[in-house]
Amino acid sequence: MKFAVIVFPGSNCDIDMYHAVKDELGEEAEYVMSDATSLEEYDAVLLPGGFSFGDYLRTGAIARFSPIMNEVVKAAEIGKPILGVCNGFQVLLEAGLLPGAMRRNESLKFICRPVELQVKNNETMFSSAYKKDEVIHIPIAHGEGNYYCDEQTLATLKANNQIVFTYYSTNPNGSIENIAGIVNARGNILGMMPHPERAVDPLLGSADGLKLFKSMVKQWRESYAVNT
Amino acid sequence: MQLTLEPSPEQIKLEKIYQQMGVTDEEFTRIEEILGRLPNYTEIGLFSVMWSEHCSYKNSKPILKKFPVTGERVLQGPGEGAGIVDIGDNQAVVFKIESHNHPSAIEPYQGAATGVGGIIRDVFSMGARPIALLNSLRFGELQSARGKYLFEEVIAGIAGYGNCIGIPTVGGEIQFDPCYEGNPLVNAMCVGIIHHDDIKKGQAHGVGNTVMYVGAKTGRDGIHGATFASEELTEQSEEKRPAVQVGDPFMEKLLLEACLEVIKSDALVGIQDMGAAGLVSSSAEMASKAGSGIEMDLDLIPQRETGMTAYEMMLSESQERMLLVVKKGREQEIINLFDRYGLDAVAIGVVTDDKMLRLIHKGEIVANVPADALAEDAPVYYKPSREPAYYREFQAMENDIPQVEDLGETLLKLLNQPTIGSKEWVYDQYDYMVRTSTVVAPGSDAAVVRIRGTEKALAMTTDCNARYIYLDPETGGKIAVAEAARNIICSGGEPLAITDCLNFGNPEKPEIFWQLEKAADGMSEACRQLQTPVISGNVSLYNETNGTAIYPTPVIGMVGLVEHISHTTTQAFKAAGDLIYLLGETKQEFGGSELQKLQYGKIFGKAPAIDLLTETKNQSEVLKAIRNGLVASAHDVAEGGVAVALAESVMCANGLGADVTLFGDAITALFSESQSRFILSVKQEHQMEFEAITSAVCIGKVTNTPELRITVNNEHVSLTNNQLISAWKGAIPCLLN
Repeated sequence: MKFAVIVFPGSNCDIDMYHAVKDELGEEAEYVMSDATSLEEYDAVLLPGGFSFGDYLRTGAIARFSPIMNEVVKAAEIGKPILGVCNGFQVLLEAGLLPGAMRRNESLKFICRPVELQVKNNETMFSSAYKKDEVIHIPIAHGEGNYYCDEQTLATLKANNQIVFTYYSTNPNGSIENIAGIVNARGNILGMMPHPERAVDPLLGSADGLKLFKSMVKQWRESYAVNT
Repeated sequence: MQLTLEPSPEQIKLEKIYQQMGVTDEEFTRIEEILGRLPNYTEIGLFSVMWSEHCSYKNSKPILKKFPVTGERVLQGPGEGAGIVDIGDNQAVVFKIESHNHPSAIEPYQGAATGVGGIIRDVFSMGARPIALLNSLRFGELQSARGKYLFEEVIAGIAGYGNCIGIPTVGGEIQFDPCYEGNPLVNAMCVGIIHHDDIKKGQAHGVGNTVMYVGAKTGRDGIHGATFASEELTEQSEEKRPAVQVGDPFMEKLLLEACLEVIKSDALVGIQDMGAAGLVSSSAEMASKAGSGIEMDLDLIPQRETGMTAYEMMLSESQERMLLVVKKGREQEIINLFDRYGLDAVAIGVVTDDKMLRLIHKGEIVANVPADALAEDAPVYYKPSREPAYYREFQAMENDIPQVEDLGETLLKLLNQPTIGSKEWVYDQYDYMVRTSTVVAPGSDAAVVRIRGTEKALAMTTDCNARYIYLDPETGGKIAVAEAARNIICSGGEPLAITDCLNFGNPEKPEIFWQLEKAADGMSEACRQLQTPVISGNVSLYNETNGTAIYPTPVIGMVGLVEHISHTTTQAFKAAGDLIYLLGETKQEFGGSELQKLQYGKIFGKAPAIDLLTETKNQSEVLKAIRNGLVASAHDVAEGGVAVALAESVMCANGLGADVTLFGDAITALFSESQSRFILSVKQEHQMEFEAITSAVCIGKVTNTPELRITVNNEHVSLTNNQLISAWKGAIPCLLN
């Protein structure tokens, strides 16, 4: 399986995504610059964390106008898995590929620490390797991860089972309903603030994020087997 | 037409305008002699910043000569952007520490942020990939509104820059003392990795080669920053706010990636950061080091403001800029490369053979001075030194034991001191994980960062107990180096080398110069004994507010090599049943201790003694035991003594406890700050083997109950983990609310 790691000017978790896929998952990964105009050769798209365009204006607000975002939309339309982590999630929100918006953390401070997440929906292509309600350890590192959406959107997210991960035991940033990660209605775009790519090696504290990538590979293998 | 008329050379001399720039009468005469004429306004500006203490080390050069700077592994000692040490496999580690004290005292967020930005540029200008940041900070005791504001904003500034550029802030240290109230210390350290073949130097070789300017545009910010950094802070210092630069970490991220690409190009001859004294220092130093000259046309400099004078452009300390020397004819390649990152790269001058720095503005020569005169020929002052009266008084004192009523209560109070208390409130704001190589995160002895593609890792730390140095600069200087090494050892690393940041008061006062001299003597001796040469560093003098100096604070930044990632060790106890050992002798030593400060509200007496041979012996025993796989946890005994060290090993141990018996006077056994000591824990099955190679004494066991129990001389201390943790973690948040 071949993953594209999108590099916006100011992305800085691109290297972490790349190594998580290559070294720990054992799949192919390539960096794709944000001014590139095709994602056809890739099976999945990863939008990494960082400070694209310096977070100027609003997080993700400038990145969403990058040429590559047209290709991300196309890839999403044909059902390829798209994963946006941290700043990648913020870009997906700005691009309208996921509903809702980000506010600054309730503490108004950047927070970096390992947190507990609960898997609310294990029936997505990103979470099938987890058990439902399983509690996992994944780090966060953000200044604006306080997810918000209006009541109607929240009701829709719940009705469609789009809330994939929630913060467990403590809510670090004030996010509505403890939301840490959501998928689109079709289920092929996941945005999450915690960093699964930072939790793929026990040496660094946790390998709980690896199952997320493994879920993606499993789904791809299965669909590939069906298609051929 | 210029809007403001600059004073004429005659006016500068007659009205002594140079004095406002920090140039003395004697120095002005010397400049006149060098030039054989009167300097114009731009030229005197160039000299004033290049001959400031910050750029020329004119007061500290005799001190810096004391340090050992060579060693088998040293590839680059002091003098370039950063020092370089070989770590095998054609790889090397590059590191340096630098102060940003004065700017941070005036404008804490930007002062701290640009301190981080500057030190990162020093490292990547050598061609190295920055992999980690550390810092060393000093503040007042968080009692005043201003003090809290400085603390919070400095932390936010460090976080803002490091997090955005994507280099993890993995470690550091913070201490609080009233002497830093008006003059906080903000020292930032950067560590990078390089392949031997990629090492680049800031030298302008090759007559006819092109001088190129890359990165952010030049504005009027930071003019005379280096001069400002070489004065005492006063109530008028607020007016110097324009001398503080403004940082843009996004711009620096682009510059970093572009520069790491350009160093691979054989079109590049030399590269240097435009740091303190901006365009003047980078151009004069690159020319001087190569024995050549540089001619630049200032009209070509990318400017973000209109009507800038030559003086303003040369002295601006706008951030995120680099000066390159590129082979003639290859300029377009460089322009294209930087263009891909959205950055300016502009040819602004040429390398000449006349050793002059010549500046042209609007078709006229506006400055023409020997590059060596700026970069190398600053006067060197041998300042008078005098042993202060306080030192004699302190040395004559007996080592008394501060009286304590309740031992347990005292331990909780010590854990609640901000200097000892948990720094979680701080490092929670730093992204210490980005680049996914941080094996030991902040909160243990030294941070450990793995080197991808190898089995090796780097241990890194910053350290300095300024109270000991104030009481006895020579002994304290030794302790600072030794304690840094202890931290590295406890993490499983072998100390390689140090970088230092000498933060002192006004060297024109003989007592201050004496502190500087003696501290350097002590540091040098420890560096020799521990085989950790000084490979880079920075001097920050004039750290005084309204005439009162800070404690002498020579911060040590040390890097060690963890030969195999499996040697990585932390301070947390690991499993119930493990044996707890104390290595090193405990004596009645409370001068400068946390307990003394707590009980008396001040420090006095003798600093703890240190014997460097014992230190070396104890360190090598610990490292050997770690490398033999015998050590479950290792922690050095520092502020607050054995009691605090044990509490720290318990508090990070996820619900484990400890049951320990100590001997001798209870207060001494628990709280003395004797040097060269370690707390280690060892699995029972390794007991024989461990005891055979160390002189450590078994003092107890790790238990399954979340409680620290210490028996000493028929007295008992018994505290639950919750009691310990709430005192320790509450220390800083409680002071801020």
